[in-house]
Amino acid sequence: MRGLEPLIFEVSKPGRKSYSLPALEVEKKPMSEYLPGGELREAPAELPEVAEVDLVRHFTRLSQLNHGVDIGFYPLGSCTMKYNPKINEEVANLPGFTDIHPYAPEETVQGALQMMYELQEYLAEIAGMDKVSLQPAAGAHGELTGIHIIRAYHESRNDSARTKILIPDAAHGTNPASGVLAGFQTVQIPSNSRGGVDIEALDKVMDETVAGLMLTNPNTLGLFDENIEKIQEIVHKRGGLLYYDGANANAIMGIARPGDMGFDVLHFNLHKTFSTPHGGGGPGSGPVAVKKDLAPFLPVPVVEFDGEKYFLNYDVPNTIGRVKSFYGNFLVMVKAYAYIRSLGPDGLREASKDAVLNANYLLRRITEYYDLPYDRHCKHEFVVSPQRIKKETGCHTMDISKRLLDYGVHPPTNYFPLIVDEAIMVEPTETESKDSLDYFADALIAIAKEAYSNPEMLHKAPHTTVVGRLDEAGAAKNPRLRWRKGM
Amino acid sequence: MTYPANLKYTETHEYVKVEGNKAYLGITNFAQDQLGDIVFVELPEVGREIKAGEIFSTVESVKAVSDCYAPLSGKVVEVNDKVTDSPDLLNKDPHGEGWICAIEVSDPKELDKLMDVAAYEKHAAEGGGNH
Repeated sequence: MRGLEPLIFEVSKPGRKSYSLPALEVEKKPMSEYLPGGELREAPAELPEVAEVDLVRHFTRLSQLNHGVDIGFYPLGSCTMKYNPKINEEVANLPGFTDIHPYAPEETVQGALQMMYELQEYLAEIAGMDKVSLQPAAGAHGELTGIHIIRAYHESRNDSARTKILIPDAAHGTNPASGVLAGFQTVQIPSNSRGGVDIEALDKVMDETVAGLMLTNPNTLGLFDENIEKIQEIVHKRGGLLYYDGANANAIMGIARPGDMGFDVLHFNLHKTFSTPHGGGGPGSGPVAVKKDLAPFLPVPVVEFDGEKYFLNYDVPNTIGRVKSFYGNFLVMVKAYAYIRSLGPDGLREASKDAVLNANYLLRRITEYYDLPYDRHCKHEFVVSPQRIKKETGCHTMDISKRLLDYGVHPPTNYFPLIVDEAIMVEPTETESKDSLDYFADALIAIAKEAYSNPEMLHKAPHTTVVGRLDEAGAAKNPRLRWRKGM
Repeated sequence: MTYPANLKYTETHEYVKVEGNKAYLGITNFAQDQLGDIVFVELPEVGREIKAGEIFSTVESVKAVSDCYAPLSGKVVEVNDKVTDSPDLLNKDPHGEGWICAIEVSDPKELDKLMDVAAYEKHAAEGGGNH
């Protein structure tokens, strides 16, 4: 191993530079004579001084310390770290998409508007919904937008008694956060012994004070809720609406539609399901789709087609308003559009089938060593819990995941969902070959054996990475986020 | 893992230590072990009336954020300021230095509903339920 890369300030040498300026054509005077008004800083900026080649090498080496889907397997549960086909980038780099301005007259950007319009239509079809807004910039932003739409819908019927949103205990953490941010009180619904929503508990709390239920299906355990019809009946009969969190939509494309399951509003994560890059904090895109009764509340603008030209429609009667500057994360939409067009309906269906097949194959390869809290076929992801390993060796999920780094794969999601002790949540996605699935399964099995033969080595893992086990508590309590001279 | 015999316990892994009319609340050794390194403890306000079963504190670890449910009803009379700077006290000494707050007990009869050490040891050994 090369060891830790020094900071750019640490390789700096006074006087070393990466530029050579042409001879001065004006009279040389002290800078203060050109800028006499006190604009000049008193102390030097202390920028690092390095040669061009050292600068390039430094940042290239730093870039090599990253892990990403283009480097290796990345089975991060509920994040859908599938391979992003490079044709998406090609399409998003077409000058017709990159060289336009948000304020350009509509007649000059008809191609861009057509792409947005068609993407809205495709997403509506995949969702089983009637109308789509591409505005929200990410999944949680889509959730918040959707919950505001639910609120606006109830308010338009003069129904102000609905102050609660129901959320299963297996939900993504963003669900309760979105509910609270939209001004609702959230009520948690427990899971049943099959890993689905506890119908009796739902039945008990669903009343005229409840605005709606947020559900992910398949849920974070990777399990499809078999009672979805019953659930939607209970919620709808008492005046509530159903929100579908599309984070796990990679399991159902072309096979099951949230609209058909009875959902009224949903978001998709284009950066998960529709193969646009993510993982570094963005950019994401979380379009919201609704049934026609909710269409009057969508955020503006929506792209429409009048038979001759495409236009941005701001005339949505009960709109909740704008949720994003301009028109959402445009180039992310282009990439998702390219993905949908290159796969087509059959290709999308195949992608979901392979995602589910890969997850089930992987699951069955490791259950001899890792315990399965709900013994069912999974969808696109699954959750296991190393209960035996923990009890018999004292090694935890954290140790196993850190050790996986030594095998060159990104660890799965850890300690989530919270309803499973020591959860390891694995989402292999459809783009992995049997070879890479086998490599990962073999690694997990080898680590399980290491837990018995050498638990101490697991506690101290990782051993081959640039930095070893980090002090996570220290990082949370006393974060040092910025370099300062003399640190 | 051991638990003091003079405490009473909840199913959700809080304990209560009664001294006269005053009761100290905290999370159990089992709870801190499950949570891992604790990095933040939200303290209740002194003077707040809490009912048994209500959330009186939130504890954040590197693994998860967890609500703490009051074992007894009463008024908060004291909070452990030390855990603000040293939340790891909950890991190091959960039943002692790592207490969270003290309340003035309003209904001592509620104590009868809590687990004694034998019942709690059994509960924890069985995995502690899903909390």
